Amino acid sequence: MAQSKAAEARTGLFLISPPALYTILLLAAPLATVLIYSVLHSANGVISGPVTLNNYAEVLTQPQYRAVMLRSLNISLLVTLATVVLAYPIAYFVSFHVKQEHKSLWLFLITIPFWTSYVIRVSLWRTILGYDGIVDSALMSIGLASEPLNILANGAASMVITLAHAYAPFAVLPIFVSLEKVDRSLLEAGQDLGESRIMTFIRVTLPLTMPGVIAAVLIVFIPTVGDYVTPELIGGGKVPMIANLIEVQMLKLRDQAMGSATAVTAMLIVGLVSIAFVLLNRRFIGGQK
Amino acid sequence: MKKAPILNTYALLYLLFLYAPILILPLFAFNDGKIVAFPLQGFTTRWFVEMWDDPNLRVALKNSLIIALSTATLATALGLFAARSAVRYVWPGKAGIMGMIMLPLVLPEMIVAMALLVVLLSIGIPLTIFTIILGHVLICMPFAVAILTSAFQSLDRSLEEASLDLGETKMSTFRLIVLPLVMPGILSAFLITFTISIDEFIMSNFLGSGQPILSVYIFGQFRFPARVPAMLALGTILVAMSILLLAIAEYFRRRGIAKTGGKDTGGFL
Repeated sequence: MAQSKAAEARTGLFLISPPALYTILLLAAPLATVLIYSVLHSANGVISGPVTLNNYAEVLTQPQYRAVMLRSLNISLLVTLATVVLAYPIAYFVSFHVKQEHKSLWLFLITIPFWTSYVIRVSLWRTILGYDGIVDSALMSIGLASEPLNILANGAASMVITLAHAYAPFAVLPIFVSLEKVDRSLLEAGQDLGESRIMTFIRVTLPLTMPGVIAAVLIVFIPTVGDYVTPELIGGGKVPMIANLIEVQMLKLRDQAMGSATAVTAMLIVGLVSIAFVLLNRRFIGGQK
Repeated sequence: MKKAPILNTYALLYLLFLYAPILILPLFAFNDGKIVAFPLQGFTTRWFVEMWDDPNLRVALKNSLIIALSTATLATALGLFAARSAVRYVWPGKAGIMGMIMLPLVLPEMIVAMALLVVLLSIGIPLTIFTIILGHVLICMPFAVAILTSAFQSLDRSLEEASLDLGETKMSTFRLIVLPLVMPGILSAFLITFTISIDEFIMSNFLGSGQPILSVYIFGQFRFPARVPAMLALGTILVAMSILLLAIAEYFRRRGIAKTGGKDTGGFL
């Protein structure tokens, strides 16, 4: 098309301006505000100077804040581990054992539950795991248990089950994509050269799909750290995570400065853990090139 | 299918785990018992009647529909601009700006909601359905952009060039050639963002003024054990609707790929 580069850039920028302005006003500006609030002081909803790092010191040293942060990290790391370990075989199954024309049907089946209401799914786990709930009554009626197990009473375990269920499809998809990219002739070569199928998997397939595994880890880890609904409904407010702490500070205590500092710290921790995972992955990608 | 009995069994068990809650919904929604537990008590539709008899539910449903329709329209329109610009044109700062637009996908939603809330409160904008829509559009837009980007990518550029060569203007080319070809993508983006908006909880809970919204209403009702069966009835209807909308969205997405002669590469994400 006879259009100069400058004219093309102009049209592009003109088209992108509505969504870009929307995001700048409603995402970038609010995040910047939170960043600024986090180094100020607030009392009863009024923000004032001078600039201070006290909020961060408090978030990092106060035992109750540290407990919530560590719990959020522990729970979401457990959820991530469970989701990814459970997802790998299913992604492998769809990629290697399902016929080409049936693959998208399988992916569709795996993603459907994700598109149904999150609040309903989480609430359902509450009735499934609760005292005399579905698991208890089912186990007791077939005689596997003599008294209610009441799994829900163990807040952390119930939260891991609920979240691992909620984020399962997120882990399957990136692993599936990386498995699809694996050159099948490499696997034949491995076996022709005398490796067993299991050794071929460990030495060829697994390293080649590590980028997908890392993507799955990040995609599950990041949102679970910030989950609000599950601690509220499943933990019954007794095992708060970071999101619940931020809510208490921002809305119940009306301490926006501390709330902002907690939010920024949470984002930093998530960022650092994510970078750690990506660096871990460098090793594997390095081996490929 | 190659022979792998262990993997086959595992795949079935995994699907069972994924679908367990969704299968339990209708089972207990039609169960004639106040307590949600085995053994089943017999068939009833009274929970559906009880659910519909609550006037709050009807207000919540109306509010949620207004929010979801507005959100889907706005997010799809903005996504159309972003996707067209990113796929078709070269301009400076593209990676940064597109990254910012897609950012809500990887940020904890609570942090986005709280940041937005702090700003809205500090400039004195009252919390209404309108502020909920603002928040929903923000988190729905990345999904619309992702779907529409793949719709525009599968578009053959020579069709546009042919149209221009044959004397059509840029505007009429877009209307006559580009738009019909990406229409399935637009419909699919609209349905997906509509579904996300109906189900969304955090923005609806914190950016609203306490007006009943469907997800917030369900969240509150599940705390009362006596209301659980009625909520299972509501959940059954909502899940059936979600699956129907998704099936339609998937149909349009596939038709779009078939129209432009591409190869199907899998799901939405």
